[in-house]
Amino acid sequence: MTNSKTFIENPGPPSDVERIKDESNYLRGTLEESFVDRTSAGISDDDNRLMKFHGSYMQDDRDLRTERQKQKLEPAYQFMVRIRAAGGIVTPEQWLTIDRLAKDYANGSIRLTTRQAIQLHGILKWNMKKSIQEMHESLLDTLAACGDVNRNVMLNPNPYQSKVHEEVYEWATKLSEHLSPKTRAYHEIWLDGEKFVDNNEEQEPIYGKHYLPRKFKIGIAVPPSNDIDVFSQDLGLIAILDDNQSLKGFNISTGGGMGMTHGDVETYPQIGRVIGFVTPDQLIDVAEKIVTIQRDYGNRSVRKNARFKYTIDARGLDWLKTELHERLGYELAEAEPFHFDHNGDRYGWVKGTNQTYHYTLFIQNGRIIDSEDYPLMTGLKEIAQVHTGDFRVTGNQNLIIANVKESEKEKIESLLEKYHLTDGKHYSALKRNSMACVAFPTCGLAMAESERYLPSLLEKIEVILSDAGLLEEDITIRMSGCPNGCSRPALAEIGLIGRGPGKYNLYLGAGFAGDRLNKLYRENVNEKQILEELTPIFNDYAKERHDGEHFGDFVVRKEYVKAVDNGLDFHL
Amino acid sequence: MQLQVLNSPFTDEQVDLLNKILPTLSNTQQIWLSGYLTGYQSQSADVPTVAQQQITSEKKVIELTVLYGSQTGNCQNLAEGFAGKLKDGGFKVNIASMNEFKPNQLKKLSHLLIVVSTQGEGDPPDNAIGFHEFLYSKRAPKLTDLNYSVLSLGDSSYDLFCYTGKQFDERLAELGANRIIPRVDCDLDYDEPAEQWYESVFHALQEESGTDATTAAVQSSELAQGEKVFSRTNPFYAEVYENINLNGRGSNKETRHLELSLEGSNLTFEPGDSIGIYPQNERHLAEKVIELLQLKEDEQVEVNKNVGHVSFVDALTHHVEITVLSKSLLEKLLPYTKDQAFSELVQSEDAEKLKEYIHGRDLVDLFSDFSSWTLTATDLITVLRKLPARLYSIASSYEANPDEVHLTIGKVNYEAHGRERNGVCSVQIAERVEPGDTLPIYVHKNPNFRLPEDDEAPIIMIGPGTGVAPFRAFVEHLDTIGSERKTWLFFGDQHYVTDFLYQTDWQGWLKNGSLTKLNVAFSRDQEEKDYVQHHLEKHAKDVYEWLEEGAHIYICGDEKHMAQDVHQTLLQIIQTEGQLSEDDAKTYVTHLQNQKRYQRDVY
Repeated sequence: MTNSKTFIENPGPPSDVERIKDESNYLRGTLEESFVDRTSAGISDDDNRLMKFHGSYMQDDRDLRTERQKQKLEPAYQFMVRIRAAGGIVTPEQWLTIDRLAKDYANGSIRLTTRQAIQLHGILKWNMKKSIQEMHESLLDTLAACGDVNRNVMLNPNPYQSKVHEEVYEWATKLSEHLSPKTRAYHEIWLDGEKFVDNNEEQEPIYGKHYLPRKFKIGIAVPPSNDIDVFSQDLGLIAILDDNQSLKGFNISTGGGMGMTHGDVETYPQIGRVIGFVTPDQLIDVAEKIVTIQRDYGNRSVRKNARFKYTIDARGLDWLKTELHERLGYELAEAEPFHFDHNGDRYGWVKGTNQTYHYTLFIQNGRIIDSEDYPLMTGLKEIAQVHTGDFRVTGNQNLIIANVKESEKEKIESLLEKYHLTDGKHYSALKRNSMACVAFPTCGLAMAESERYLPSLLEKIEVILSDAGLLEEDITIRMSGCPNGCSRPALAEIGLIGRGPGKYNLYLGAGFAGDRLNKLYRENVNEKQILEELTPIFNDYAKERHDGEHFGDFVVRKEYVKAVDNGLDFHL
Repeated sequence: MQLQVLNSPFTDEQVDLLNKILPTLSNTQQIWLSGYLTGYQSQSADVPTVAQQQITSEKKVIELTVLYGSQTGNCQNLAEGFAGKLKDGGFKVNIASMNEFKPNQLKKLSHLLIVVSTQGEGDPPDNAIGFHEFLYSKRAPKLTDLNYSVLSLGDSSYDLFCYTGKQFDERLAELGANRIIPRVDCDLDYDEPAEQWYESVFHALQEESGTDATTAAVQSSELAQGEKVFSRTNPFYAEVYENINLNGRGSNKETRHLELSLEGSNLTFEPGDSIGIYPQNERHLAEKVIELLQLKEDEQVEVNKNVGHVSFVDALTHHVEITVLSKSLLEKLLPYTKDQAFSELVQSEDAEKLKEYIHGRDLVDLFSDFSSWTLTATDLITVLRKLPARLYSIASSYEANPDEVHLTIGKVNYEAHGRERNGVCSVQIAERVEPGDTLPIYVHKNPNFRLPEDDEAPIIMIGPGTGVAPFRAFVEHLDTIGSERKTWLFFGDQHYVTDFLYQTDWQGWLKNGSLTKLNVAFSRDQEEKDYVQHHLEKHAKDVYEWLEEGAHIYICGDEKHMAQDVHQTLLQIIQTEGQLSEDDAKTYVTHLQNQKRYQRDVY
């Protein structure tokens, strides 16, 4: 059963978030007043909704909630800011700014996200304005890093395809800029910009005053690497190269998305479906029209059914194509053939076609922090002080020191050595292919631990893998503290999604290249059960796998789980 | 304890019965019984009033004035108690605080009783400053017709012990006045000497007026009726309900929120009052003292008549002060050592040298730094003063929670002279008191820190750190009685996230309007220091407007820095906003003080 769905045509009254957007005067709300008020370190729920559009939201240290309540203290409110960087690229100067802000205002660490953005956590209310201003001075911004708008545009960092990367990167930035909110609210509130004289109609030519029904994600993959998980994007673009390895255009994939709600089968992860091909000059127009279709048809009543995937699944792909062609005034071309190998990162040094070198560092769960035996943050800071190329955050929360000239390579290498910065080659293949979202203590949605727990679980799984002789086998594993799926767990060969403290749903069988969803294998299991469930399957895999067969494919072939090629089959 | 027929109102048979039971009573039982009888009496029999009227008609009436200078309310409470008893004793009594009394009336008086305390380095209390100045001014009259006596309160750990009382006593004598009885200086444990002073004064006055001793006895027994069952001298053992650290993780501070049960105590209190807690010393300090003196922990010593005999280590732990040195204590210890260095220090010409030594040191230091001690356990207990109670502003409203009382206690510890030092009471509470334990407490009235009588008058409360405690009582009280009074709190501490004491309470009261305005200053969240006075300054216009509307202003907390800085800022605000000269601004503040619109509870 695929490609048909019976729910939501006329879902009901707008959700409360729609009211907030409506009353916000293009994302202003009462943010300015809230940030001056010193009687609380927090802001109101309404303002917090709007804050997301400004690339930040209020969190609190959930470890301390109960304790502080007893102490007659409000929750330890703090702000997360997400710095937008199309394609995950920042300059060394920008890196130094981020490093400084992390220490001056945030909790002393930097978090690389699964969508190539950079997060700072633990910023206090009265340091927010200063933080955003100092970012602005380094040409960094947070606008639309969260909220019901187009988010950070992802792009393969593609160090070894440096020539085509440059070309595609240009399109990524163009898309990002084109789909940025145009409201002056961000400048007024954070950068002391002049107050805009009211002329509302002109403020948001693409979005209008209610913006989108839900977040919207765009990612560009350059085959054979699918490290940005192109099929998890609302709008996925697959770069098609001609015989000279130059950019010919993009295949368009629509309606991918990870989020679901436990116990609600009307919500599900979905993989994008390819609907055609566009040339580069058509790209911006097509993207804009797709965004406006979601703007007009997306569910504004029930937020958990508001992502583009549900808009499409409720009406069918044919409807989407017709609507799109109508808005474009022309038809998309037939999709071009393509092939993906993997969705993970390739670590260590590679040489690009532009004769520069790129070093992919392994960053566990994207967390950059100094610890006693691993001064990662200091090491990167020192590298940034001498580096003349750029830094690239990968879709797997790793970091590439990119565009290192041959003459500079030795200098970078000596710093890597000095601080023992690692490409992770001595880690297990499982660890190198692992990903976890932030979850506790700061994420308000977390039901179970993720970033803080995955490393210790991996150590235990490694023992089983080692026994089975699979330590060098690339297997993707992703953990997420809740079913919203920031670490894209539904596209991992082993997926773990939090249910409650210490309890996870175990999913198996996604494609190694991120082209097939996984499927629920065991529900609500604890660590002991996870290990017990995996042991016999690993042993089986070690003995019975075909040559070159990935773990995800193996469990499907051996019928541990059914293949899920469409999200509509996820719960079947 | 033996009762005799001769000096008691009992029959032979009653005396026999009483003598059987009385010697078997423990100290606690005796205290309980006396409280019980007093309470029982106060509920019945108004007979003595009739007796009193008969007596007053027979004697010559002496008119006397009782003046008090009081900072924390101890002197006022004593003076009011004495005045009441004297009135009942048939005297005509006027009582006033020194700043309420018109000094030019002084030469018309025949009898004057002064009850006054000494602040810090020998300063008079706030409400005695004007009177003190007058006596030392050229306008001070000859007072040859005046009969007077002074009761002075102080703390012997300060250099200028009872200095203000001594000054009043000497100055009045210089002006020609005659002492009724000599001045009595009281240390922190003032109850007994104060009562003795009163008895002596009372007898002297009776002699003068020609009343007899029987009357006095009747009067005294009647006077007891006014006393509460539980008091400073008979503390209530309050159960601890809650003992919470109000500071969040990562704070430099530890501020305890203590909730105590008052159930069954009949204790009442008003916003502004304090609770006195009788603390205990750390046992290891007592043990160390004993070890240094090479004495025995389990030796029995007599603490005083009430307590009787206890082991030496218990006496040092529970009954006497061992964490503070004073000049007078060191002088008393002179005969007990042959250590030359010690006598040189104590008898040194250079007073600063001794002062410097005393500062921040305790008995353990003393007995380690000097040798050849020859004290016995009893000698030591005799020279040490009684472990004084610690006063903490009440942080809850009686109206809101009549059966409990909340306190806000900042844990004090620091390093000095190479050792970690702990505040006796605050560390006991922070580290050794758990819910379910009991603490001996009493209510300390603070008549100089009261909400305005006028229901409409706005209040401005300035209380950084633990200074915020009484304001929680204020606002909770106003919230409970449904007051519409305008209220404004200025609070400050080190860090917003961890040190915003009672944050959620204030937020709740802001929301429901019981708290009109709240301004907060956190000194260590940014490079520049941010203190409460900076926020007063920032809102100068509004502050002045509130004052002009009749606002009462309250300051609670640190005296040395905060209270003085705030005072200066207020003067500045009044000067600027009121467009007044510096002198006129001072007069404005004096006026506020005289109207009781500027009240402080500082420490």
